[in-house]
Amino acid sequence: MYQTVYHRASSVDEAVALFSKSSEAKFLAGGQTLLPVMKQRLASPSDVIDLGKIKELQGVELSGDVLTIKAGTTYFDIMQNADVKKAIPAIAYLTSVLGDPAVRYRGTIGGSIANNDPAADFPAALLALGATVKTNKRSITADDFFQGMFTTALEDGELITAVSFPVPAKAGYEKMRHPASRFALTGVFVAQTKSGEIRVAATGASQSGVMRVPAIEAALKANWSPSAIDGVSISASNLLADIHGTAEYRANLIKVMAQRAVAAAR
Amino acid sequence: MGVEGIGASVVRKEDKRFITGKGRYVDDIKLQGMTHAHFIRSPHAHAKVKGIDSSAALKMPGVVAVLTGQEIVDDKVGNLICGWAITSKDGSPMKMGAWPAMAPETVRFVGQAVAVVIAESKNLARDAAEAVVVNYEELPAVADVHAAIKSGAPQLHPEAPGNQVYDWVIGDEGATDAAFAKAANVVKLDVTNNRLAPNAMEPRAAIADYDAAEEHFTLYTTSQNPHVARLVLSAFYNIAPEHKLRVIAPDVGGGFGSKIFIYPEEMVALWASKKVGRPVKWTGDRTEAFLTDAHGRDHVTHAEMAFDANNKITGLKVKTYANFGAYMSLFSSSVPTYLYATLLSGQYNIPAIHAEVVGVYTNTTPVDAYRGAGRPEASYLIERLMETAARQLKVDPAALRRTNFITQFPHQTPVIMAYDTGDFNASLDAAMKAIDYAGFAGRKAKAKADGKLRGIGVSCYIEACGIAPSKAVGSLGAGVGLWESAEVRVNPVGTIEVLTGSHSHGQGHETTFCQLVAERLGVPISQVSIVHGDTDKVQFGMGTYGSRSAAVGLTAILKAMEKMESKAKKIAAHALEASEGDIVIENGEFKVAGTDKAIAFPMVALAAYTAHNLPDGMEPGLKESAFYDPTNFTFPAGTYICELEVDPGTGKTSFVNFVAADDFGRLINPMIVEGQVHGGLVQGIGQALLEHAIYDASGQPVTASFMDYAMPRADDVPSFNLSHTTTLCPGNPLGIKGCGEAGAIGASAAVINAITDAIGKNNLEMPATPDRVWRTIHAA
Repeated sequence: MYQTVYHRASSVDEAVALFSKSSEAKFLAGGQTLLPVMKQRLASPSDVIDLGKIKELQGVELSGDVLTIKAGTTYFDIMQNADVKKAIPAIAYLTSVLGDPAVRYRGTIGGSIANNDPAADFPAALLALGATVKTNKRSITADDFFQGMFTTALEDGELITAVSFPVPAKAGYEKMRHPASRFALTGVFVAQTKSGEIRVAATGASQSGVMRVPAIEAALKANWSPSAIDGVSISASNLLADIHGTAEYRANLIKVMAQRAVAAAR
Repeated sequence: MGVEGIGASVVRKEDKRFITGKGRYVDDIKLQGMTHAHFIRSPHAHAKVKGIDSSAALKMPGVVAVLTGQEIVDDKVGNLICGWAITSKDGSPMKMGAWPAMAPETVRFVGQAVAVVIAESKNLARDAAEAVVVNYEELPAVADVHAAIKSGAPQLHPEAPGNQVYDWVIGDEGATDAAFAKAANVVKLDVTNNRLAPNAMEPRAAIADYDAAEEHFTLYTTSQNPHVARLVLSAFYNIAPEHKLRVIAPDVGGGFGSKIFIYPEEMVALWASKKVGRPVKWTGDRTEAFLTDAHGRDHVTHAEMAFDANNKITGLKVKTYANFGAYMSLFSSSVPTYLYATLLSGQYNIPAIHAEVVGVYTNTTPVDAYRGAGRPEASYLIERLMETAARQLKVDPAALRRTNFITQFPHQTPVIMAYDTGDFNASLDAAMKAIDYAGFAGRKAKAKADGKLRGIGVSCYIEACGIAPSKAVGSLGAGVGLWESAEVRVNPVGTIEVLTGSHSHGQGHETTFCQLVAERLGVPISQVSIVHGDTDKVQFGMGTYGSRSAAVGLTAILKAMEKMESKAKKIAAHALEASEGDIVIENGEFKVAGTDKAIAFPMVALAAYTAHNLPDGMEPGLKESAFYDPTNFTFPAGTYICELEVDPGTGKTSFVNFVAADDFGRLINPMIVEGQVHGGLVQGIGQALLEHAIYDASGQPVTASFMDYAMPRADDVPSFNLSHTTTLCPGNPLGIKGCGEAGAIGASAAVINAITDAIGKNNLEMPATPDRVWRTIHAA
């Protein structure tokens, strides 16, 4: 790790102010990505602004048909939360299979989506559920927020404060774990909104990060059942390929995981 | 057996310090005035080092020195050696290129050190290393073994034309060809034994401390064999003569073979500590471990097996290409030859065997012994062949093995080894019963109804352990003897220190070795301590590898115990006014048999040291030592059967059951044996399903972190069902065969045989990742 200056912010305003005063600052949420990268000397922020003690970034609220998860809430707290389990059990399930216990105790929803790792789980949930990302400046729809691998609509110094999910009629998530990293080799989140819209998002599969899967959405629109996906053809072009999964394998996984997510959806 | 004697599952004495964070590893040691080393390593797989500019680094805070490969060559530190000479079939000695501790001119794998920064802290050394400018001229590189032997391939060493280290043969080619000419059936198989990164939990580390006044070095290092390290550093690397070099291997967190070898970093630390006049510490990080710890396996093999009309094996032909990486590591040459091809008979009566092994240089990390070392490669090959043969011959795989088992012992194979004892039918029976082999067809049908592909796979392994009879290995080219030494020191109060040349880096010697003393004297193990890992304390030792510590190391302790007991009996007899022949040892007392006359062991010890009333002419004291050289290898063997399901949608494998029936001879501590088997099985399963050290065509490592290199985790493996079918080893007085490597040797074939059975396709390489299995299922 290179030398850096550590700050602990007590409010969103203070965090943003500290950021604007620093030359190359980084916000530190759960540290599950930033700290390993710093330890490997692949990142050298001048200042690290720890968000972990900001009370307004913590917690879950269920208000009518909207579930709001504050950005600094850990995966573990999301997984355990009664409102999450009641309103969108697929999110509770997603957090239960995200990383390992150590990651779940530290990692946060805000950190995950701000980093937008192409194999992270939460971007698929946001995109499929049509969530809205709240920042200190504005609201951004998930469709606009994720802009490709490790790229988001966030501006420099803009801080995610919460994510709002419309409570769906049904949702489900399944993933194939990467054998080494345990990220999603491919994960698929399926959702049926209360207005009947079908949204399907795949993570870990595409070279451009989390993506919608229109062919599966169309099939499920016609018939919400795993077998409806049997005949869908997923192209392997533009899919990721590495030592643990060819593009063809990931194309297959998109279908298989979608089928299993539909079967598991509640 | 007493509660702490041989055969008792005594809780491990050493675990208190390990599980409470009180272990003392090399990195825990801090010396006065200690500096820290950071190596500058090549990012290229093959390049000329055109120049190193350290001027900016030398001006940075806390920098003590920047030392380069040319300087270590100028100071006449020796090149790294390979300690086992192999002769090619044309009679020529193996062809080796020079391996300097840091590269002065040419780098040949990613991670090879070219220079080292010595600084006041680890971070300052690392900071300065980034300011050292190394000017490389890239050269074409080759990582794949077949590509390396093609004409026109990039050449690594001028000494080894065609990148070929040796072309070695074993067995009778004429007899084997004759067997194939008459064969009723021939089974052919191509297999790759995937390259593995060992990944001990503790990375390698070294602290070198030079005392200028005494011209004496102390090296603390992560070694499985500190005396061998001292020997090699003294005799070949010109560091210091042996009496001026102390090597200490304190608590060591796993080795699996990778810490047998003497690496460049230890040599550089020693040399640098004299240069800078201060202690030098280096602790590798995980990336360095992936790049520089000797890798394991990496064979590409074509094999053919001939059968007669009764399904009896009549011949075996094997051709293997072994990838050695860029340099010949300490024992690398022996692994794909004498540790591999000598086990190609497996558990079977094979009248004729011929094997050819071509050793090849590539621009990759050097490859050497890794848990099993050659024997997993042999066992995997034979057991894949047997399964393939059973399918081709349309007979039950277990029955085909039974038809061909060796049942008479001793048995001389056509490839050097003489198996001393075993009961292969017994372990096969036990494993088949444990897994309900007969009921498998019903379970497979039921699984099919649930949309799952269920398979069962058998693996009947044999290994040569208890390494090794010195004369035998010497005749085969080994540069060292493989005996072991021990010393038993009884203190005046009757407590006992046992000094051993074996080294414990997870094996539990501090418990099991005490159990022998408890067994013989009837004293509690709390009265015994095991001393190991320090060349100033222990006279000599060959260390721990090759499942040798119980069969060889403990036998040496037994020999020393017998000498000590003999003297103690004389003292007791004298004190009890009895005949020495009437003295028996029971429950910590020396008794006159059949009487109530007795003297407690501590009183015998005290008598030995007060020397007030010893038999005439007896020397005071109670301390004896012994060297033990085995007369043969030992031959642990057993049967592993794996039952699993494959998800056809994802290719993912899920274990249903895994049974292991092993014959390790006598067990000292069944709980520790169980732990050894568990660990070995997990490594074997890791190789079969997950682990693969991969290089791209340009020699760049693709799997240099745990994000890419898949280590097995608890949820990747099943609960194991273990049992033992014991035949005592006739080669050593305790009847021990050894248990350290069996799991890693036998498991991978059981897994692959089960998966190929499940999916109904025979060609599947390791690791059988979900992607690879899925593609194999759906391949035309």
